[in-house]
Amino acid sequence: MAPRIGVVLFPGTNCEHDAVQALGRMGADAELVWHGASSLGHYDALVLPGGFAHGDYLRPGAIARFSPVMEAVADYAAAGGPVVGICNGFQVLTEAGLLPGALQKNRGLRFLCTTVAVRVERADTALTDGVAVGTELSIPINHFEGNYTCDAATLAQLRDEGRVVLRYVDNPNGSVDDIAGVCNAGRNVVGLMPHPERASDPLLGSEDGIVLLAALLRTAGATAPVT
Amino acid sequence: MAAPRQFSAQVEVLLRDGIADPQGATIERALPALGLDGVTAVRAGKSFRFVLAAADDADALARATVVADRLLANPVIEESVVTVRPA
Repeated sequence: MAPRIGVVLFPGTNCEHDAVQALGRMGADAELVWHGASSLGHYDALVLPGGFAHGDYLRPGAIARFSPVMEAVADYAAAGGPVVGICNGFQVLTEAGLLPGALQKNRGLRFLCTTVAVRVERADTALTDGVAVGTELSIPINHFEGNYTCDAATLAQLRDEGRVVLRYVDNPNGSVDDIAGVCNAGRNVVGLMPHPERASDPLLGSEDGIVLLAALLRTAGATAPVT
Repeated sequence: MAAPRQFSAQVEVLLRDGIADPQGATIERALPALGLDGVTAVRAGKSFRFVLAAADDADALARATVVADRLLANPVIEESVVTVRPA
């Protein structure tokens, strides 16, 4: 059976259809989930897509964290369900405390909309399962607050536990240790600033995002629904 | 317990020491154009004001601090200073 993927839609999210389309074309049964939803257990994986949830007022993700669905997302993650936050979704997951650190304004105070090279650092997370470590992927970024920041103790822990999932080959935004994506201790929650769904067709200039989305679908297929 | 009274609260949010503040740095670099020397350590932050009902000063401060810590500041990168006074 095709894995069922829930793509969470907050007011102000704007990459949800890209994610549904990319995952659907890869064979997943992907659908939108409104941020008021309280039951997510029937999904095989969740995606928090990019955009400007709740207008990004105060800080990106700061208000979205209080959306009703986030309690269900936290329960889903705690039960081991795969959760991937892309760009604004990554910011939401850090604000919600499901991932460590924070995303602050880019070094240089520029909004960045470009394609960057990222290196896969781990082959054992929900988004990189089975992907060879060292694989370089060409994937777009599109953010103002993508500068990953955490304190020294957290950074040491992330390194020691192998939780840096993706690194920029040429750091575009000042992120500490070139970090483009991290995961939680359970390795089932992953956040990344690049947009794999925007690199999922030759027409988009790159298909490299499929490598990551395919890994997510493998993870989803291998994970029993968490109800 | 006394009837709740109205208090004015102000919360100032600044990036923690050691967290890069590109906005503050950019402002500082612009200052020489004013012809002013010796302005250093510029930091950019946010200020919030709101009115809240509380029993007394201590209660008002405690409640405003919850607002600051839970919502207005991200403790990973920011710190907040909370002040309250009778409205």
